[in-house]
Amino acid sequence: MASGLHQSEFTNPVVRWIDARLPVFTMMQKEYGTFPTPRNFNYLWNFGALAMVTLLIMIATGVFLAMHYTPHVNHAFDSVERIMRDVNYGWLLRYVHANGASMFFIVVYVHIWRGLYYGSYKAPRELLWMLGVVIFLLMMATAFMGYVLPWGQMSFWGATVITNLFSAIPLVGDSIVTWLWGGFSVDNPTLNRFFSLHYLLPFVIVGVVFLHIAALHVTGSNNPLGIDPKGPQDTVPFHPYYTAKDSVGLVAYFLVFAVLVFFFPNLLGHPDNYIPADPLVTPAHIVPEWYFLPYYAILRAVPDKLGGVVLMFGSILILFFLPWLDTSPVRSMRFRPIARIALFLWTVSFFVLLYCGAKPPEGIYVWLSRFGTAYYFAYFLVILPLLGRFERTLPLPESISRPVLRGGGPLPAGAAAKPMEKA
Amino acid sequence: MAETLATQPGAPHGAEAHRAAAAAGGKRRDFLKLVTAGFAVVGTGAIAWPFIHSMNPSRDVLALSTTEVDLSPIQVGQAVTVVWRGKPVFVRRRTEQEIAAARAVSLSELRDPQTDEQRVIRPEWLVMIGVCTHLGCVPLGQKPTDPKGEYGGWFCPCHGSHYDTSGRIRRGPAPSNLAVPPYAFTSDTQIRIG
Amino acid sequence: MRRPLFKIAVALGAAAFLAAAPASPRAAEAEPPPSIPFSFKGLFGTFDRASAQRGLQVYMEVCANCHGLRQLSYRNLTELGLSEAEVRAIAATVQVQDGPNDEGQMFERPGRPSDRFRSPFPNAMAARAANNGAYPPDLSVMVKARAGGADYLYALLVGYSDPPQGVELMQGMHYNRYFPGQQIAMAPPLNPGQVSFHDGTEATVEQMARDVTTFLAWAAEPELEERRALGVKIVLFLTILGGLVYAVKRKVWGEAH
Repeated sequence: MASGLHQSEFTNPVVRWIDARLPVFTMMQKEYGTFPTPRNFNYLWNFGALAMVTLLIMIATGVFLAMHYTPHVNHAFDSVERIMRDVNYGWLLRYVHANGASMFFIVVYVHIWRGLYYGSYKAPRELLWMLGVVIFLLMMATAFMGYVLPWGQMSFWGATVITNLFSAIPLVGDSIVTWLWGGFSVDNPTLNRFFSLHYLLPFVIVGVVFLHIAALHVTGSNNPLGIDPKGPQDTVPFHPYYTAKDSVGLVAYFLVFAVLVFFFPNLLGHPDNYIPADPLVTPAHIVPEWYFLPYYAILRAVPDKLGGVVLMFGSILILFFLPWLDTSPVRSMRFRPIARIALFLWTVSFFVLLYCGAKPPEGIYVWLSRFGTAYYFAYFLVILPLLGRFERTLPLPESISRPVLRGGGPLPAGAAAKPMEKA
Repeated sequence: MAETLATQPGAPHGAEAHRAAAAAGGKRRDFLKLVTAGFAVVGTGAIAWPFIHSMNPSRDVLALSTTEVDLSPIQVGQAVTVVWRGKPVFVRRRTEQEIAAARAVSLSELRDPQTDEQRVIRPEWLVMIGVCTHLGCVPLGQKPTDPKGEYGGWFCPCHGSHYDTSGRIRRGPAPSNLAVPPYAFTSDTQIRIG
Repeated sequence: MRRPLFKIAVALGAAAFLAAAPASPRAAEAEPPPSIPFSFKGLFGTFDRASAQRGLQVYMEVCANCHGLRQLSYRNLTELGLSEAEVRAIAATVQVQDGPNDEGQMFERPGRPSDRFRSPFPNAMAARAANNGAYPPDLSVMVKARAGGADYLYALLVGYSDPPQGVELMQGMHYNRYFPGQQIAMAPPLNPGQVSFHDGTEATVEQMARDVTTFLAWAAEPELEERRALGVKIVLFLTILGGLVYAVKRKVWGEAH
């Protein structure tokens, strides 16, 4: 036997033959079969798998839509309508793709929020978290460029406004914008490069997702208690326990998705995007898609052009530094009574910003946006660093299995029963 | 957690519990799992269909799948080429001699035996797809100046196939006769192909 | 433990909304369109074919003089219940440019079912030139392209009146209380008895507005009925699958505790 072959434990000869040369079956078995996973996940832990599935749905529908779409300013709008009317099931592919973007952001927002609440960004998972932020940034770029492709009024003016953000950069801003456009306004060259990049970036996301999962499988998953598993009694194998639980979440998710696609396909869209792009007429009220509204509100909260742009990008980039801004050694907010309130307020500020982003930038909305922006940043820059020093956290449970197993699991030797919060 | 995992002796506790429980006998669960898996497989299969079907000809393409040809300007002995589904279609108004020549051939002489009667609706009008059955070239013979081959029909310049006045293969590498598309006379002077 | 937090969150959210509510100075401009019980509304609504066919007649005889419907082909009309022969006849009423012919010239021929609806103007500039500078938009996806959708379209068609006291109309404009800004370049398009319906329905302005709106709703979303029918099947399937998967999950986890 050649020395380099992998010692496969599979009995099926074909599987064994392949596995000895390329141990993909062993890897799958290790990472998704027997992988020891904390036994106390709640349903918020479904959302990583949901995001993964949504990414695959977006790529599949996108590839098939691209077979019928024409990236040219004179044909893009009509080719999308042709997909809706003449291509077999074209309406289904397009509505799944369009609403899939919204579903993707809902799922990822919940996924991020779960990380914030349970401290999943803390050591040793800093890099895992940062890879997640990279995925989020790539998603935003992809979604933005995808929204331009139907070449409706919102596509065109959204592209104009967002690319113009870069003109805020001192000295080279205007040159950068011209370079982005490939001309002197958003036009055919812009549409073509956006289509090209919109097709490319999802595959880059797949690559980063792979790294994200690889990093996850080095550190293992966090859990609602935020404490490390102490031994085998704290974990279950991923399959069948979490394959079963993820399947439940997946079907529930598909139900929501289906209701949106089949009964309210344009609920989250904007009517103006069914008007073909007109470079001479700006719609009365331009708004980005709902998932960008909080950042749009931050942009408009600042009366200075450069300042607004810096804060808007800063609101995402600050997430890269979160693992070091939050100095508390306790991960889960279940045991952080003050930080928990602070995070709920941060969540409120996020929704206030989302609401203000859809409203005209005048009167009360400006002040609400400013208040929301201030708190959004204060949470990361002031509250979390201070709480790490001054907050009195609740006592942590002894182990995962202790509060979870009904009738008491096997206790680690010498563990004394402490009064603790119900998990 | 990597360190904590390394300290675990043998298989994880949960896996053992699971195996024990399975052995303890959940026949109901096996059936339940089977039904669930069946549903999931059917669902996944159904999802594949819209993707596959989206690559079939779309409705606007199918709407152009018929072509109407006005026959009134074509004189006896003349031929026109029209486009149907992206391919050339030969429409020839044959002379009495050409019809007679086509009908005089005995079937035993033919590589792809077909009578002339089987290939036309009205003897005067021969309608065929103008694509050589060998490798897809367009045969010559439509214009009066074209070579028509040894049998007075069509001649494929690519590899030298000769077709007779009924469009049947007589010599050369082509395996079968020029194909006749589905068509119908909508009036005495008009046909609809497709 | 979490209750008080939720209360705080809800209270703050409510405060934000209440504070925001009075501050929308533009809201008084256009009246919100009333809700009309169209046949295609609701989760399981379908297009009233008779109404849509009358609407087609209104479109062809009235709207088509200025507004295009270029995303549709005449062949699509069979979906409204018209026969092949009727569709051929309708298509043949227009002249379509085709070519080039053997001499290299473009030529006009009668329309075929596979042709797109012919637009009344060759391009947007010609449309503006013929309409005092105002561009009559294409109506193919109009129901999806306006906030309020079908309700708004209907309201706009019946919303013409004399301007109230103190409103000064600009040159060539008309008063319509549902139009943003309330001054619209389009003259009142529908007049009582303007169309004589084949089925004997009386052509009141409301009737014609309702019919043509139904027709345009179909034009904007011809997939609507198929979409909902498929949606019902898929939701049912997922509900059953969800029950099964949940049972499996319960069973699997039951053994872990």
